[in-house]
Amino acid sequence: MNHSFDEISAQLKKRHRKSARLKWISMGALGLAGLFLVLFFSDMLNKGLPAFQQAYIQVEVDYNEDATRMGRAAMDREISSLVSRSFERLIPGMIRDNPDLLGTSEQRWVLANSQVDQYLKGHRNKLSEEERARVDELAESGQVELKFNTTFFTNGDSKMAESAGILAAVVGTVMTMLVTLAIAFPIGVMTAVYLEEFAPDNRLTQLIEININNLAAIPSILFGLLGLAIFINFFGVPRSSPLVGGMTLALMTLPVIIIATRTALRSVPDSIRHAAFGVGCSRWQAVRDHVLPLAMPGIMTGSIIGLAQAMGETAPLIIVGMVAFIPDVGISFTNAATVMPAQVFTWAGEPERAFVEKTAGGILVLLSILIALNATAVVLRKKFERRW
Amino acid sequence: MNMQVAERESNAMSSQQSGQPVTRNDSANHELSIRVRDLNLWYGQNQALKNISLDIFQKNVTALIGPSGCGKSTFLRCLNRMNDLIPSVRTEGLVEMDGRDVNDARMDEVALRRRVGMVFQKPNPFPKSIFENVAYAPRMHDLVSRKAEQEELVEQALRDAGLWNEVKDKLHQPGTSLSGGQQQRLCIARAIAVKPDVILMDEPTSALDPISTATIEDLMDKLKKQFTIVTVTHNMQQAARVADYTAFFHLGEVIEYNDTKTMFSNPHTKKAEDYITGRYG
Ligand SMILES: Nc1ncnc2c1ncn2[C@@H]1O[C@H](COP(=O)(O)OP(=O)(O)OP(=O)(O)O)[C@@H](O)[C@H]1O
Ligand SMILES: [Mg+2]
Repeated sequence: MNHSFDEISAQLKKRHRKSARLKWISMGALGLAGLFLVLFFSDMLNKGLPAFQQAYIQVEVDYNEDATRMGRAAMDREISSLVSRSFERLIPGMIRDNPDLLGTSEQRWVLANSQVDQYLKGHRNKLSEEERARVDELAESGQVELKFNTTFFTNGDSKMAESAGILAAVVGTVMTMLVTLAIAFPIGVMTAVYLEEFAPDNRLTQLIEININNLAAIPSILFGLLGLAIFINFFGVPRSSPLVGGMTLALMTLPVIIIATRTALRSVPDSIRHAAFGVGCSRWQAVRDHVLPLAMPGIMTGSIIGLAQAMGETAPLIIVGMVAFIPDVGISFTNAATVMPAQVFTWAGEPERAFVEKTAGGILVLLSILIALNATAVVLRKKFERRW
Repeated sequence: MNMQVAERESNAMSSQQSGQPVTRNDSANHELSIRVRDLNLWYGQNQALKNISLDIFQKNVTALIGPSGCGKSTFLRCLNRMNDLIPSVRTEGLVEMDGRDVNDARMDEVALRRRVGMVFQKPNPFPKSIFENVAYAPRMHDLVSRKAEQEELVEQALRDAGLWNEVKDKLHQPGTSLSGGQQQRLCIARAIAVKPDVILMDEPTSALDPISTATIEDLMDKLKKQFTIVTVTHNMQQAARVADYTAFFHLGEVIEYNDTKTMFSNPHTKKAEDYITGRYG
C-alpha cells in the first residue's frame, strides 16, 4: 500500500515529539551537571584565591645582643605581636650566619601573622581592639599590605598558617608519581601485551581477565592495607616514604593501565598484524614495530588518566603514613613525605580559620595539575591519532 | 550424464590424486615450487579443506577459483602458515617446499613467510611512510642495512611494482595517503622487497576499480618472470587473462586442476564448466 507524504508525516509527528522530549531531558541533565561544576569551581576559587595573597608588614629590625637569643627582641614590642613567629625564629640564626649584622638595623618587609592576615581579608580573627587600630594605622601609611603569597609556593607545611606552603607536598606527589609510573607503566603495558597478543584464549586467561577487571573496582583503601602489610611490614620499605606510597598507588593504577592498554591494542585492526606476519615478522616484532606504536596514544591517555586518579588518592596513602608533617622540602624517595591531597586533608583538620583558605588553595593547585594532566592526555590523543 | 562427460570426470578425478594438472600448458615452466598432498583442514569441528593435492609450478601464475566459502583463502593461508594465527585450526597432510614439510615442527614460520609473501584482499599498508613500508621487512631480515642499499632496494621494488613514477617524489608521505590501487601496488612492492620465491594474493583486485585492476593484472604478468604467484579470484576473465594454471575449488575440494586454456575452453568436469559459464551460484 502506498502512503502520501501527509499520512507519513502524521505518523511521524509522534516520533518527532518523543525525540524532542528526550533531547530536552538530556540537555537539562547536561545543564544541571554544568551548573554544579560552575558552583563548585566558583566556591573553590572564592575560598582559595585569597590563599594566594598574604599580609606582609614593614618593620624596623634591630640586630642587638638580645636578639641573638630571642628574635622578638629585635623588634618594637608593639609591632612584634603582629609579625609572624616564623620570622622571629629566623633572626638568631641570621645573626649567627652573618655576625656583621650585629649592632645594625634595617627596614624589612616580613610576613605578618595570620591574625593580621585574616583581619585584612575581613575574616574572623583574634586581634585585640588595640592591635586592630594599630594595623589600620599601619595600613594607612602603607606599612601593612596584602601581597602575592610566594611563601605558599616555596614552603613546606608549618604550624603557623601564614608560612604554611604546598611545595613539600607537590614535591612529594611528584616523587610518588615517578615511583608509581616507573612500576605500573612497564608492568601494566607488558601484561596487557601478553594477554592480548600472546596468551591463548583459555579458561586461565579469562580468569585473569575477570580478576583484573575486579581489581580496578576494589576500594582504594584496601590497596593501602595491602601496601602496609606487604611493603612496610614484610619488605621493610620505609614508612611514609614516596617509595612505599608510589608502590601502593602502582598496585591501584596497574589494572587501569592494563585495561586501557588492552582496549588500545584491541582497536588496532587485525589487517596490520596480518601485514606484519605476512612479511615475516615474529610475534614480538609485529607487536613492537607495528601494533604498539599504533596503540601508544591510547595507552598514554589511559596511563595519564590512571595517574591522575592515583594523584588524587588519599586513603591508601594515609594508611602507609603519608600524612606526615613535612616542613622541609626534600627530594628523596625514602624519607618521610606527604602528597597534595594528604596535605589538603591535614589542613582541613586544622582548627585555625587561616587554614581554611590554605585548604582551598591546596585544592586549587591540585586541581590545576590534574586538569593540566588530563589536557595533556587529550592533546596527546589528538596529536598521535592516525587513520589507517 | 553421457559417456563422454563420465570419461572426462574420471580422467579429472584420477589426475587429482597425483596433484598434477589434467593437461599441461607446454609453454609454461614445469619445475615444482610447492607440492601439496592430501591436505585436510578443520576449523574446530568444521572441515574446510578435504584431501587437497596440488602441484604449484615455479614462475607461473596459478589461479584458485570457486564459489564463496569453498576454501580458497583457507588453502592459500596453508601455504605460508597464516592459519597458525587462528586458534581453532587443525591441519593434516603435506605441504612441501624445497623438499621440506612446511608444517614440520622444525620449520620456522618466519623463515617460511620470508620465502612465501602475501598480498591481502584489502590493501593494508603499514601506517608509516611509503619508504618505510618497503624498507621495513628487508631491514628486519638483514637483507640490507646501509641507507644507500635501502634506497636502492626500495626503488627497485617500487619499480617492479609499477609504482615508482607515481611516488618517487613523496616517498616520505604515509603509505595510507595513496589511492586504493596504489596502496595495493605498495603492498606488492612490500612483498617483493624481501625477494620471496612465492607470492600469495588473495583477491588482490576485488577492492579496486577496473583501471587499477588492469594495472595489477599486467603487473602479475611481469612478476611471474621472477616469482611464483598463487592468486585467488572471483573474476573469471581475470583468471583466464593472467593465470597459467587454474584450480577449481568446491566445498573444500579441488574438483579440477588444469591449465587455464583448457579449463576455460574445454573443462573436464561438469561442475567447473557450470561455474565458469555462470550457471552455478
Ligand atoms: N577463521 C575462521 N574460523 C572458522 N571458520 C572459518 C574461518 N575462516 C573460514 N572459515 C570457514 O571455512 C570455509 C572456507 O572459507 P574461506 O574463507 O577459505 O572461503 P573462500 O573460498 O576464500 O571464500 P570467499 O570467496 O568468500 O573469500 C567457510 O565455510 C568458512 O565459513
Ligand atoms: Mg576468501
